[in-house]
Amino acid sequence: MSNLIKDNAILTDDWTRITPPSLGEETVRKQAGKVVLFKLTGEETFTPEQIAATQIPAGKVLVPFAVWRANKDELASRVSQGEVGLLIATHEAIEDVIAEVKDINAFALVAVYVERFADGRIFTIGNLLRTRYGFKNELRAVGDVLRDQLFFLKRSGFNSYLIRADRSATEALASLKDFSEPYQGAVDIAQPAWRRTNR
Amino acid sequence: MYKYDAIDQQLVNERVAQYRDQTNRYLAGELSEDEFRPLRLQNGLYIQRQAPMLRIAVPYGMLSSKQLRKLGDIAKKYDKGYGHFSTRQNLQLNWPKLEDVPEILAELATVEMHAIQTSGNCIRNITTDQFAGVAPDEVIDPRAMAEVMRQWSTFHPEFALLPRKFKIAVSGTEQDRAIVQAHDIGMEFYKDAKGHTAIKVWVGGGLGRTPILGTVIREHLEWQHALTYCEAIIRVYNIHGRRDNAYKARIKILVKALGIEDFKQQVEAEWLHLKDNPNTITEAELSRVAKHFDAMPYDNLSAHDASFDSAIASNPAFAAWVKRCVHAHKQSGYRAVTLSLKPHGHAPGDITSEQMAVVADLADAYSFGELRASHEQNLILADVKLSDLLPLWEKARAAGLATPNIGLLTDIICCPGGDFCSLANAKSIPIAEAIQMQFDNLDYLHDIGDLELNISGCMNACGHHHVGHIGILGVDKDGSEWYQVTIGGKQGNDASIGSVIGPSFSAEEMPGVVQRLIEVYIQERTPEERFIDTVRRIGVPPFKAHVYASKEAVNV
Repeated sequence: MSNLIKDNAILTDDWTRITPPSLGEETVRKQAGKVVLFKLTGEETFTPEQIAATQIPAGKVLVPFAVWRANKDELASRVSQGEVGLLIATHEAIEDVIAEVKDINAFALVAVYVERFADGRIFTIGNLLRTRYGFKNELRAVGDVLRDQLFFLKRSGFNSYLIRADRSATEALASLKDFSEPYQGAVDIAQPAWRRTNR
Repeated sequence: MYKYDAIDQQLVNERVAQYRDQTNRYLAGELSEDEFRPLRLQNGLYIQRQAPMLRIAVPYGMLSSKQLRKLGDIAKKYDKGYGHFSTRQNLQLNWPKLEDVPEILAELATVEMHAIQTSGNCIRNITTDQFAGVAPDEVIDPRAMAEVMRQWSTFHPEFALLPRKFKIAVSGTEQDRAIVQAHDIGMEFYKDAKGHTAIKVWVGGGLGRTPILGTVIREHLEWQHALTYCEAIIRVYNIHGRRDNAYKARIKILVKALGIEDFKQQVEAEWLHLKDNPNTITEAELSRVAKHFDAMPYDNLSAHDASFDSAIASNPAFAAWVKRCVHAHKQSGYRAVTLSLKPHGHAPGDITSEQMAVVADLADAYSFGELRASHEQNLILADVKLSDLLPLWEKARAAGLATPNIGLLTDIICCPGGDFCSLANAKSIPIAEAIQMQFDNLDYLHDIGDLELNISGCMNACGHHHVGHIGILGVDKDGSEWYQVTIGGKQGNDASIGSVIGPSFSAEEMPGVVQRLIEVYIQERTPEERFIDTVRRIGVPPFKAHVYASKEAVNV
């Protein structure tokens, strides 16, 4: 059973997500004895060695921003054929991504990877992609994506959601309809309640 | 006060259904502890030492008598027959069962109440002055804007999971009573040179582990832009606020790290994109909401009432209560009344179900069926006729709600502390009770005069100890409970953060320490000076010298 929800339906995921190989020991960062759970905005995701060692197979591939950047000339024709999706992590600065890719609509798919449920940067990134950078194609949430974020993700401009593998996408579908009349204007419904109806 | 329409009611009903489902999934093992935590927190449910604690939202402190009766019923049915008013004007239940919470929420929804965003890393209950709408020094009644902001912040999708909690206060008076400078965002409403409503926006204030007073980010903001400007501030915070360390995650740390100029520049750049978006408030929407806060149907009364004057003259106990618990009102012949939830020897802010029923009856009989909770953890009847004060006092006194100590040393602001809260380092309620008993002489208490004593059981500062004239902070040293004392903190327009006087004390020493601080004040004060004025004039050293001179064993 697929765990991908797109536009209110469960669909098969035909994209292959590319993950750079881990080379040797990952250092666990700690602060005051506690593991640091979140990367700061602007931090590098992968080392140059990891990026260089990444294999990109044929077919529709979802490629991390740093990997795409290192291979953009080779990938250009596949991008124009709609075979390359861009994967952005929540700690990557969206304005830097946009400055690098120029035309974000060249990508058939942009996915935002959220490592932890509690990382609400994904909502701002979705909002900016839709409202400021005019992204029109599929915008997908991947990573620690659980049903209780879906309503907020939808309102922030996402239209597809890869539910975490150990959870049911069928059950998650219901949460897209948690609330019928939201108060404030956002990406999906731009007008606040008081402009939509005569209160 | 604001009454729900179909949209408000539906949203709250849908929240009950959503939370019921989340609770069921948790109980069925489909949600882990870690996954359920942010969900229950955004619904005000903490898992505490003894039992869960449920924090019920009281938006900007406004309650109807019907709502208070319901709260009393809920406390009786699902808890131990009492509740606790918090320093954010909310009501906390200390002993509900996790499984009962969906049912409690369903009951709350029947009286237009909820527990949405009373905790968690999101925009919290928006607080304001407990005398909003009736204060003589009020320039603008901030409640309509507070309600507009409440609706905007409720399930705001972009700000559902911020780096840390986010608190907004609004104020529309000359004398700030909402501590706007100690909030993530403080909005101070005023009339500009053209007579238009404008907002002075403060940002980056907060107490907690790192107490910082806010900085003005914008001197003049037209009220229409209140929401979009907040969106710009919170967006910059959402992206750049630290998530790697919970103790450095509040917006104040980001503002300090960037500096206010850099932060302001980023916010203003962001606002250029957001300004005039559909969340810009219209005249029509503000007036729709403002209608709910129209002035009460007051009688035309003279400024004096003979029966009241004679009661004052003949009844010293009543006169003492009036002096402390009755406040000026902008309408002639009316007064605002504070019902003290600080009887000596009891947990500050606690109220029993029976007392809630009494207060609801008093509100119906004397104050148009409405009341307010204050951040000082008392209840206010805002619109009482002079001629009703005596019967109101008699009934309130019979219910233990008329201790004449408002604004005095025993009107202690106090968090639940180590008796209840799993974050606390030390107990706070027993300290408050011991100090109240030490100063249980009303004449002495009145002679000491205006004094704010605030107690927090840990550095999260729910008891606002940093802005207490005397602040007491519970600290943990090698597993035992100690108390650090600050003096010179103050809320208001000239807010300040208190200074630590020296090494901390044991619980038993605390009433004596406060006693010695008061002795220095009594010795040094000029006739017009309040405690805080004397501290500001002579500084910390004389207080420190006297407190530690009589202290035999010095704790390191």
